[in-house]
Amino acid sequence: MIARTVSSSEPGPRRTVWSRAGEGLVAAARGLGFFGLMLAGTVPLLALVLIAALAFEVLGGRHRPLDMSRLIFILVPLACTVPAVRWLARLTRRLAGRWCGVPISDPYLPRPGGGVTDSWQRVQRRIGWLLTDPATWRDVLWLAVDTCAGWVLAAAPAGLVLYGLTGVIWPALGVQVVHTPLTGGLPAAAAVPVGFGLAALGLWAAPQALRAYGELARLMLAPTRQAELTLRVRHLAQTRSESIDTGAAELRRIERDLHDGAQARLVAMGMTLDAAGHLIDDNPAAARALLAEARQNSAKALAELRDLVRGIHPPVLADRGLADAVRALAMDSRLRVNLTNDLTGRPPAPVESAAYFSVSELLANVAKHADADQAWIDIRHEHGLLRIGVTDDGRGGADPVRGTGLRGIERRLAAFDGVLAVSSPPGGPTVANMEIPCALSSPKTSSC
Amino acid sequence: MRVVIAEDLFLLRDGLTRLLEAHGLEVAAAVDNGADLLAAVIGDRPDVAIVDVRLPPTFTDEGLRAALAARREVPGLPVLVLSQYVEQLYARELLAGGTGGIGYLLKDRVLDGAQFVDAVRRVAAGGTAMDPEVIARLLAGQPGDGALAAISPRERDVLGLMAEGRSNAAIAQQLVITERAVAKHTASIFLRLGLQPSDDDNRRVLAVLAYLGR
Repeated sequence: MIARTVSSSEPGPRRTVWSRAGEGLVAAARGLGFFGLMLAGTVPLLALVLIAALAFEVLGGRHRPLDMSRLIFILVPLACTVPAVRWLARLTRRLAGRWCGVPISDPYLPRPGGGVTDSWQRVQRRIGWLLTDPATWRDVLWLAVDTCAGWVLAAAPAGLVLYGLTGVIWPALGVQVVHTPLTGGLPAAAAVPVGFGLAALGLWAAPQALRAYGELARLMLAPTRQAELTLRVRHLAQTRSESIDTGAAELRRIERDLHDGAQARLVAMGMTLDAAGHLIDDNPAAARALLAEARQNSAKALAELRDLVRGIHPPVLADRGLADAVRALAMDSRLRVNLTNDLTGRPPAPVESAAYFSVSELLANVAKHADADQAWIDIRHEHGLLRIGVTDDGRGGADPVRGTGLRGIERRLAAFDGVLAVSSPPGGPTVANMEIPCALSSPKTSSC
Repeated sequence: MRVVIAEDLFLLRDGLTRLLEAHGLEVAAAVDNGADLLAAVIGDRPDVAIVDVRLPPTFTDEGLRAALAARREVPGLPVLVLSQYVEQLYARELLAGGTGGIGYLLKDRVLDGAQFVDAVRRVAAGGTAMDPEVIARLLAGQPGDGALAAISPRERDVLGLMAEGRSNAAIAQQLVITERAVAKHTASIFLRLGLQPSDDDNRRVLAVLAYLGR
């Protein structure tokens, strides 16, 4: 691909021929690579054939009754072979993307989660996971197809080139080849041009053949529609239960805050007022002090309610939408924040809220850990995606795996099929990009 | 002094009216939405309008927009905006006009009647009354740039209290320093911000605007 781009910019047919030849050579070599992969694949394939034969024997194929207790003699070698099959299939997928320009995504079901401490049970689970995934057996099928026929597509161009070159090199070395299959009944001198011709044919065909091989691999190794749907359903089930958990935890927190905060203060206020009522005739001074205390309590209750509301749904977000809410956030931040925004409408309220709290968390992270002076926030909507970038000039080294805050943002966004990507090399800068698929509503017209 | 109130909750509207009347202010009109507020300030020409941020029909920042619209209709109309929460963003929008006669307070401040009425009078007289919480958030934010960066921490304290609308005497009492010291600080602030020694009240407003408007 790159070679082609370069060659097209260079004038002259000579250059084009050479770059094409180089391209063909690279493709032919890659074809050989796939051929090598096929050869490696024969080992687990052979092993599987043996295991199948063994299964027939062990499980009592002929006259003995079926003995399930011997299943272990099948399962263990199977569990050892299958990972090799998967590894090869995975490698083929990666290489198909890199070499053939045919990216193939993995079709596997996700690994079973933790929760089991017993190692034997864990092994059982793992075996079950490996063997019950249809994708595993499609991998095996691929190995079989590749071994029987697929490799021809990959290796043929390289074969042609090598075969053609023998016709050129042997005569050049002075070796008289009379019955070379290259020339057949022709005179020996024809070996050289025929050899050249075959090599050229091989080089010309190599990129196409490689591409075709990639397509074949995709046909067999890409996730089936059903596998895609299964993965999707699993993802949805997981994000749904996570959002429900998050929502429930949030409600518990609000309940606790109200119970310990405003509610308790109102009770105290009532008691103080009651006491003041009893004292007002006999000891007006003490009553006045109690009234002042009650007022203080009411102010505190209001402040607590205000903080609580901010945590549930910030007023500016409700009033003005995402951009102004982030602007208000930026004003309250210790950092110098530069905001660019090209939103013309408003995302759906839940998306807006998730985006706001994510930005809020990211800004708080920057202020707390990044040792930064400035941050840049970029909000845009393009190709049906709400995109928000938060960049800082800090020291970098943020790790999404370790930081619970970043994990929380991922969970928050996942509920809307949104994603977070963080790049934070040591020494900075840290760039966090969020994407949430959503549509914008038309801009709200002022009713004033 | 004549006041127009825009507040949609009956209890608060009624309470505010009684509080103001108890302190000798006249409530010319008490309305419950933005459109009526506009009609009232044009018709009654009050000395000050007290406006709740959240008003029908949108219950978002209707009141804020109505207040800004009222100031466009009646230039120089002193407006005191009340809210359950305060935002720097809104404070800056209110002050963007560059003139005084602006207040922005939490509704909680009504609890201290005398102080609240004081703030109303100050705003009506063309001063400012910024809620201490706005000031606190401003101080917690980034260090200023340009002229404001040169201001010493003590001068910042003074400027913050000035933004709340306190007099020199009140500032002196709060910071436990002499009134002369406060005067020295304010002079220094005016100098740093490049404000000419003209009318002192106006300079105070301008200093606060420079402080909040950055």
